[in-house]
Amino acid sequence: MTDLLELAEHESPRGSLDHCVKCTICETACPVSNVTPLFPGPKYAGPQAERYRVGGEPSVDASVDYCSGCGICTQVCPQGVKIAELNARARDALKRDRGVPVRDRIITRPTALGRLGTPAAGLANFALGLRPARIAAEKLLGVHRDAPMPRFAGRRFSRWARGRTSPATGRRAVYFHGCGTEYYEPETGEQVVAVLEHNGFEVVVPSQDCCGLPLQSSGLFDDARRTVLRLARALDGALGGDPDTVIVGNATSCTLMLKREAREILGLEDDPVLKRVSERVYDICELLLELHDRGELRTDFQPVHETVAYHAPCQQQGHFIGKPALELLALVPGLEVRELTARCCGIAGTYGLKAEKYEIAMAVGRELFGQIEGSGAGSVACDSETCRWQITHGTGRPSAHPIEYLHRAYGL
Amino acid sequence: MVTLSTDVLVIGGGATGAGVAWDAALRGLDVVLVERRDLAEGTSGRFHGLLHSGGRYAVKDPHAARECVAENRILRRVAADCIEDTGGMFVATPWDEAAFADRFVQGCADVGVDCEEIAVREALSDEPRLNPRISRAFRVPDASIDVWKTVWALARGARQHGARVLPYHEVVSVNRDGDAVTGARVRDPRSGEEIEIEARVTVNATGAWAGRIAALAGIEGVNVLPGRGIMIAMNHRLVNTVVNRCQMPTDGDVIVPIRTVSVIGTTDRLTDDPDDHTVLEEEVEQMLDDGEKLVPGFRRARALRVWTGVRPLFEDAKQAPSDTRDVTRAHAVLDHKARDGVRGLVTITGGKLTTFRLMAQETVDAVCAQLGLQRACRTSVEPLPGSETGRHYHLGERLARKEAALAGEQMVCECELVSRAKLEQAIDRFPAASIDDIRRRLRLGMGPCQGGFCIYRTTGIMHARDGLAAEQANGVLLDFLQERWKGSWPILYGDQLRQARLDDWIFQGVLDVEHLPR
Repeated sequence: MTDLLELAEHESPRGSLDHCVKCTICETACPVSNVTPLFPGPKYAGPQAERYRVGGEPSVDASVDYCSGCGICTQVCPQGVKIAELNARARDALKRDRGVPVRDRIITRPTALGRLGTPAAGLANFALGLRPARIAAEKLLGVHRDAPMPRFAGRRFSRWARGRTSPATGRRAVYFHGCGTEYYEPETGEQVVAVLEHNGFEVVVPSQDCCGLPLQSSGLFDDARRTVLRLARALDGALGGDPDTVIVGNATSCTLMLKREAREILGLEDDPVLKRVSERVYDICELLLELHDRGELRTDFQPVHETVAYHAPCQQQGHFIGKPALELLALVPGLEVRELTARCCGIAGTYGLKAEKYEIAMAVGRELFGQIEGSGAGSVACDSETCRWQITHGTGRPSAHPIEYLHRAYGL
Repeated sequence: MVTLSTDVLVIGGGATGAGVAWDAALRGLDVVLVERRDLAEGTSGRFHGLLHSGGRYAVKDPHAARECVAENRILRRVAADCIEDTGGMFVATPWDEAAFADRFVQGCADVGVDCEEIAVREALSDEPRLNPRISRAFRVPDASIDVWKTVWALARGARQHGARVLPYHEVVSVNRDGDAVTGARVRDPRSGEEIEIEARVTVNATGAWAGRIAALAGIEGVNVLPGRGIMIAMNHRLVNTVVNRCQMPTDGDVIVPIRTVSVIGTTDRLTDDPDDHTVLEEEVEQMLDDGEKLVPGFRRARALRVWTGVRPLFEDAKQAPSDTRDVTRAHAVLDHKARDGVRGLVTITGGKLTTFRLMAQETVDAVCAQLGLQRACRTSVEPLPGSETGRHYHLGERLARKEAALAGEQMVCECELVSRAKLEQAIDRFPAASIDDIRRRLRLGMGPCQGGFCIYRTTGIMHARDGLAAEQANGVLLDFLQERWKGSWPILYGDQLRQARLDDWIFQGVLDVEHLPR
């Protein structure tokens, strides 16, 4: 028991700062500190500044709020320092000290926003498209007037799911669709279900809410904990105690939250339900590629004669599963796939929506936008919805989840 | 040769000597202080940073405990800026005799230590890394004190009152005129220049070296037994409160959070040489084992550096049986006029950092008595320069300062947040300083990379700023690398070993330092 305790403490974000050898690799990879002096960089704000922080003492480094939470620093660290996680915790402490802007309390609650906006989708979308309304929103709330805003679909994915039953096949997948699918892109959820069913899964869609990631990334940890635990209980209930049932999601940042971030950043290592859920969660492309590796993925793809650029979002990279979407797209005959190497689109969930951070987010995305424009691709595939909205905003090119291309190629 | 003339010559630039200089200067005496190396480079600069509440001695040595209680309160006022109010805890671990805790409570009550028992749960919630198997916990007003900051403040205060402070001036001879000590001849070891200092009274405040200076004055029997103890600084604050084992004082019984690190101390071995800086592997092992008892996982945490401090344990070979001095008293003021019939010399030795002010006060009282003066000590009420507001420093200060100038400042030492501007200021103020001298002033090179990234930067800046020739700059660089290496190699394992390898690649692999012209 003591051994486990020791290990937990030592491998906590705070304990992991011991591994830092100051090599500066994280600083060279950080998309934010490379475009703005407002964020002093991951090594500085993470393992360095952490040595000056005492729990209970007031936060003195508000600059840590300029970390977008993309997590690239943690991914590139050769020593295993949990840099982004350190920053997230410091941001939580900062928000506790200095309070949370009203804006952050609103935009971090996609479930509430979705419920409000969906019935009045026409009006809401109209208002979001009005320049004076956006200027007013910027002045009143601090949401940048040009920030990419999704359009309410006007219908909810869960309504569609409730109206149908997946054929029983003995191979179950619990679908964690996330808020983006629920309120803005229900068609992506329908495609996920169709592709899973096509590959022999019985898809179960339990009633579910937000994973708490937006709350966490804005430093509202208590609310984030409550939210993610509620979700974990909903998903765990749907597992029904069956050890072979998997949980699959198409929102990579939300699945990462369940897999790892909630436990590490919010300090929920000890919650047994979250632990069980986190071990069972798959990203949709990860699951499909695993099927393919076992020879179980149906490859009855029809040719798609298009050129698509693929961007792996930062949060997708945080899964440490490579780029399964790239390999899946390569299975589609005729589809020309251009891999984009720029690291980050800049949006980082809600970061790029904030008035004071919008320009930074756009500056971060510039390299990616340039690559897309030079790629000759007609559209962009990307696993995360907020990144897709930012990419379309930054390039004018349509974007879609990789599953959309597979769905099309299956002819479903 | 230059000759200086003064009321009081203080030999020794540790906390005690600097305290004597400050005290004497405040009493209106003319003071010259000499130190063979840099200020606080001896025992003072080589301790763990604990400002005792008195709890540590409450059972074993009530007299010392009472002194600590009083001095702790005084220093919190007059040296506020040098102190971080961490608070302290005594915790009963499974290795401690259970009955001691009650004796501890009684001892604290007897000597006046503010001691409050708290629930184990509360102790663990305050200090999550603490061993969950502790059975009792007590809060006491321990704190941590930055000894360099303290000694600089003492020296600065003394200078403001007219004192002359001369680091890098080693005593060559103590001058005698019949039955009187009349001063000393000192030499700057760097330039070889000598100075003759005439003094009405000379104070021997050389701690573990006091026997040697006394012998230079022709006085016998000042036997100072140097007690050698190692301390290990861990990479960050494993605890934010001073954590003590609730048992009789012994080795490895305290972890002190000081600045960015936490220090475990200490061992205790007699040696015959006060310059003995040996670190034995078994001592390191012992400290790590002891750390593990207070903080499980201690061995897996990163050790930054190990060093040896030599404390002076005084034994007076001449002590008369009729002497009323409390034999448990940890420090000793020797008035050599009364003791040896030699006027003009007072020795102060023994003691502990927490009581340095009291030691200085008693010493200067003896000096005034020899001079036939009646002047009251003011150090218990006069704040040191920088401590006028009475506010303690807190760990986040450097981070807060840096935050205010985020984009504008170039960082030299990233670990300890030392800016280029700060470094240049130090170079300008102390033109002859080595990097090690600058380190003590700025904490430069004291963080996780132990100079790996800041030292070549610093050398370059010194070269540009100070007009230091390239060969000299190379020498300065190599000297400092040597100095850092001394405290690194005995604890090279785990994360610090990785760091040392990276640093080695930088210095050997990229810069090829061994072959730089010097």
